[in-house]
Amino acid sequence: MIEQKVVTPEQLFFEAEREEQFITGSEAVREAIKRANVDMAISYPITPQSESMHLVGDIFAEGYIKEYFRGENEFAVMSAVSGAAMAGIRVFTATGGPGTLRAFEMFPAWSGARLPIVCAFMTRGINSPLTIQPDTLEMAYLLDTGILMLHAENAQDLHDMLLKAFVIAEKPEVHLPVGVFADGFFVTHTRDKVNIAPVDMKLPAYDPGCSPVPAMDMETVPVRQMRDPFVMKSNFISYAAHASWQQEVLAAGERARKHIDSLLGGLIETENEDADILIVASGTAVAQSREAIDLAKSEGLRVGLVKVKSLRPFPSEEIRKLAANAKAVIVPEFNRVGWLAREVMSSVEDTTKVVGAPRVFGGMTMPPQLIVDEIRRCSHE
Amino acid sequence: MLENKYQVLVGPEGYLPPAAASRGIALPDKGQALVEGEIVSEQEAMSKIAEKILQAKNPFFFPGPLLLWDWKEGVAEKAKAVKALADLAGTRIIPMPDYRPKYPMINPAIEINPNHPNLTIWHNKIDLCVFIGVHCHYANVALKIIRGGTDCYTIALCGEAGHEDAMISLRDVGLEQLERLAEAVGRLKGAASA
Repeated sequence: MIEQKVVTPEQLFFEAEREEQFITGSEAVREAIKRANVDMAISYPITPQSESMHLVGDIFAEGYIKEYFRGENEFAVMSAVSGAAMAGIRVFTATGGPGTLRAFEMFPAWSGARLPIVCAFMTRGINSPLTIQPDTLEMAYLLDTGILMLHAENAQDLHDMLLKAFVIAEKPEVHLPVGVFADGFFVTHTRDKVNIAPVDMKLPAYDPGCSPVPAMDMETVPVRQMRDPFVMKSNFISYAAHASWQQEVLAAGERARKHIDSLLGGLIETENEDADILIVASGTAVAQSREAIDLAKSEGLRVGLVKVKSLRPFPSEEIRKLAANAKAVIVPEFNRVGWLAREVMSSVEDTTKVVGAPRVFGGMTMPPQLIVDEIRRCSHE
Repeated sequence: MLENKYQVLVGPEGYLPPAAASRGIALPDKGQALVEGEIVSEQEAMSKIAEKILQAKNPFFFPGPLLLWDWKEGVAEKAKAVKALADLAGTRIIPMPDYRPKYPMINPAIEINPNHPNLTIWHNKIDLCVFIGVHCHYANVALKIIRGGTDCYTIALCGEAGHEDAMISLRDVGLEQLERLAEAVGRLKGAASA
């Protein structure tokens, strides 16, 4: 293990000289966690995530992480990380696809308990017949769990978002779990150029004394601050307290906006935002859209791009403003339900502009020509 | 969108008031504060707090566990400063010792609980309360319930980033801010008695 010094997040993210490495998305996870000053990581294998937590196990063996073990299944892992976070330590895990669904009960429990857990979700198909291939359907189910959701376009995003997720998650006024999503195989198992800060730097340690709920390690005073459920009684005030609690969890998500702005440069990134035709996409659909925009340009068609980096909180206001002047808003997705198109439609004033296509799923790739077909169709209407 | 700008005003606001953060109220940056949903300077908010406390008929401090236990360096000094401020301003104190719901019910004459803060406010006819040392999550849960069901004016002196759900909120409150707040109260009292 290389001895590391604690630096400020700003030094690590913006000031340190970075080295370019040609690595897979899974290796980018390893490099992020190596610099994240993580206390504990808990793993359970599932394709296409297994390699990430395997590599995190390797850096535990090297001494970069204090504790690491394999859980009994995904539900057990997500329960164990919540116990670790409740006790006041920095914790990391990863899962994907059916693993996400198997552990699902814990995600709203994490946000309800204000636990700043960072979890990487390497998405894959979840519906029968079995597939291990990329598909982002699981993200639709996670949108209303109260966790913050960042979606990586590539390995660089995955690395940067993971590291920054710890800082966002642990802000006292936010203090929520952050899921960093990457499209399985497309990102996890392909090599890409990734710029990485020196390995002798790491984030400052997590301070549970700033938590908006008491850490429950039974040693930090005030001890015995158990979060007893108040729903044990059937009366109005118990329900009102629960309602106020849920509102506070959503409010905490709203407070993340300014930190996402300062650390990730905004909830969205745009190109040609004044074009008549806009593409709104997240994850690897952004990369495919970039190719499609280049192809369209060669046909004389000018198309804008809105890359959605944060799904929770969702950039509703930003998209509403951008869509106001567009003739059409194309939303390509790697799932059959079109959850991003639904989100976009709930943000724009004229929903008839939104084209929820193309959609591919079950592990299919998305040839840029499919997006170009939609661009051509919209430009002729 | 047809939403009006939301203001954090004294209640009772109704059956289920919203979280102010979900209605566009943002937390202040360092050196700033919130007054009824508007960002103002810290000094302006301190003057407003002094004015509100001295105008109130039955003001109370609600110190929470972060102030009641001597759990880290500086807390005991801060607690003494709060006691001195309460004495100076003529406010009484009811503690929020922990966050556990008490059944069948708490004794509202001697304590307050974040899950049913309205009981203590109603029982003691409190028209202004100052939260300090309450973990942020529990403070926000309570502040919304108070806004929904009582006519109590709420002030939060937060050691972290502040509270949109209070009518006035300071952030990063330490010993220095408490001493400056006491000075503001003292000045206003002196002016009133002169």
